[in-house]
Amino acid sequence: MGATIVEKIFSLRCGRKVRAGEVVMAPVDRAMIHDITGPLAIRNFSEMGGEKVFDPRGVIMLFDHQVPADSIAAAENQAFMRMFAKDQGIFNYDVHEGICHQVVMEKGLAAPGEIIVGADSHTCMYGASGAFATGIGSTDMGFVLKFGSLYFRIPESIRTEVSGKFPWRVGAKDLILAITRDIGADGATYQAIEFAGETISGMGMDGRMTLCNMAIEMGAKAGIVPPDMTTYRYFEGRRAVTPVDLTSDPDAEYDGRRTYDVSELSPQVAIPHNVDQVVPVEDVTGTRVDQVFIGSCTNGRFEDLAEAAEVLSDRIFSDSVRVIIIPASRDEYLKALRAGLIERFVSAGALVEAPCCGPCMGGAFGLLAPGEVSLSTSNRNFRGRQGSTEASVYLCSPATAAASALYGQITDPREV
Amino acid sequence: MRVWKFGDNIDTDAIIPGRYLIHNDPAVLALYAFEGIRNEFAGGVRKGDIVVAGRNFGCGSSREHAPLALIGSGIGIIIARSFARIFYRNAVNVGILPLVCQRADEIPDGADITVNLNQHTIEYRGKEFLTEPVPGFLQDIINAGGLVAYARDLEEVQTCTGSQ
Repeated sequence: MGATIVEKIFSLRCGRKVRAGEVVMAPVDRAMIHDITGPLAIRNFSEMGGEKVFDPRGVIMLFDHQVPADSIAAAENQAFMRMFAKDQGIFNYDVHEGICHQVVMEKGLAAPGEIIVGADSHTCMYGASGAFATGIGSTDMGFVLKFGSLYFRIPESIRTEVSGKFPWRVGAKDLILAITRDIGADGATYQAIEFAGETISGMGMDGRMTLCNMAIEMGAKAGIVPPDMTTYRYFEGRRAVTPVDLTSDPDAEYDGRRTYDVSELSPQVAIPHNVDQVVPVEDVTGTRVDQVFIGSCTNGRFEDLAEAAEVLSDRIFSDSVRVIIIPASRDEYLKALRAGLIERFVSAGALVEAPCCGPCMGGAFGLLAPGEVSLSTSNRNFRGRQGSTEASVYLCSPATAAASALYGQITDPREV
Repeated sequence: MRVWKFGDNIDTDAIIPGRYLIHNDPAVLALYAFEGIRNEFAGGVRKGDIVVAGRNFGCGSSREHAPLALIGSGIGIIIARSFARIFYRNAVNVGILPLVCQRADEIPDGADITVNLNQHTIEYRGKEFLTEPVPGFLQDIINAGGLVAYARDLEEVQTCTGSQ
């Protein structure tokens, strides 16, 4: 019997063959905490009798949800974490770098074959580099900070084979929304989702991150893409990594297999209030939009901003809509700045904010009033996610967001 | 004990909205539990009340503020047809017992139910519903009263050992 990528990673790190369904206390290579879940994790670590973290270099700390601090309580949480970092000798990226998941990826802190945990549900994004990465709560994180390991139930996997070439202005976000519709909001609970096939092989790291990022929206423990030349090229200049063979065996056992051909895929939109409520854009065109948000760990990279700018061209955004654009990190911000995208967005009427989670978090800024509608390139459209529980959030690609921002209503990007 | 009934896919933003995550104290978080979704919960919930829900309870964010808000509300048991993975584990870790019951939908809001932990059953109006046992390695954490208490007594852990 062959093994899945996930089984291979745990077998590699444990030095023995590990199968799906087993529960193992596995070593953790790196652990990420941010300003929202970090304070509780540190408190739990201390209450567990923790004195020194398992490895200061194995702890990634940064602030991205409420930055710069938007309340005294948020400032206190951040001050508390800064002090902990100093005491423990942990390098703290603080408020300077951007959204945690993007920063972990671009600093090369999640490499093929590694086991990474983060006190944030979208930690599953690092599967884009062939790591096993999963989100955990703050008490589990306290345990990891103390021991450098955690109980994992090795997940079964669902294999998703994708073929075909994306049509014009259709891409990874549309694909993952379509997959989420098919699998459902709890259809992959406790499982890992493998993304493979010619379309994935031809996809850049940015698209792979968008796919893996949203695995949690199906309840999955992890999303993962088999590492290939694209993966290893991404690490050049970031970190020296040794290639490992993590291809799934042809006779590996899966809980399910799905195939997709993207050549006929249309832009997809998740409608309120669940991420698996997905329809083709044609079904919702004309829906009034009060706010458009382009950003987040799902779609705040340079490629996403370039996609939005290409749709925008030299036009201006509708003055009936508030357009908020937030690059996912300082690096992505600089790339966009140097390419002239930021000037383009500001000229067109957008608010461009410094790298952070922004309205996706629903706690910092860009909140919605009752009855308002947001169209967002982020990952969750839960009731109340971006402010009032009587507001509505739709999710889409950067191209659809930009097209809709031109007209103040949901618009098919292929028609502008 | 009184049941507070919820539907499917109750996400952690619904349990505790993002704007309150600056707080870490269960008693403070409890003031905002289910705000905007069920405003009478925070004021009406009593110690020992039980939350009953449908599928995928606690989906979304990994915020442990969600189970903490329920702890602060006096909730010790949540019964659902299924739980989202991170929430399930967070609940166990902070000392809430998440019970999977395939017939949770048959328990209405306001019901008075009895949970028999040893027999893995729920009694409601003479009917008996089965609950599924918690996986072995989590049972140890529950027995200890949560992961903090479990880990406090541990000097070190053996990696790559198995468990059931």
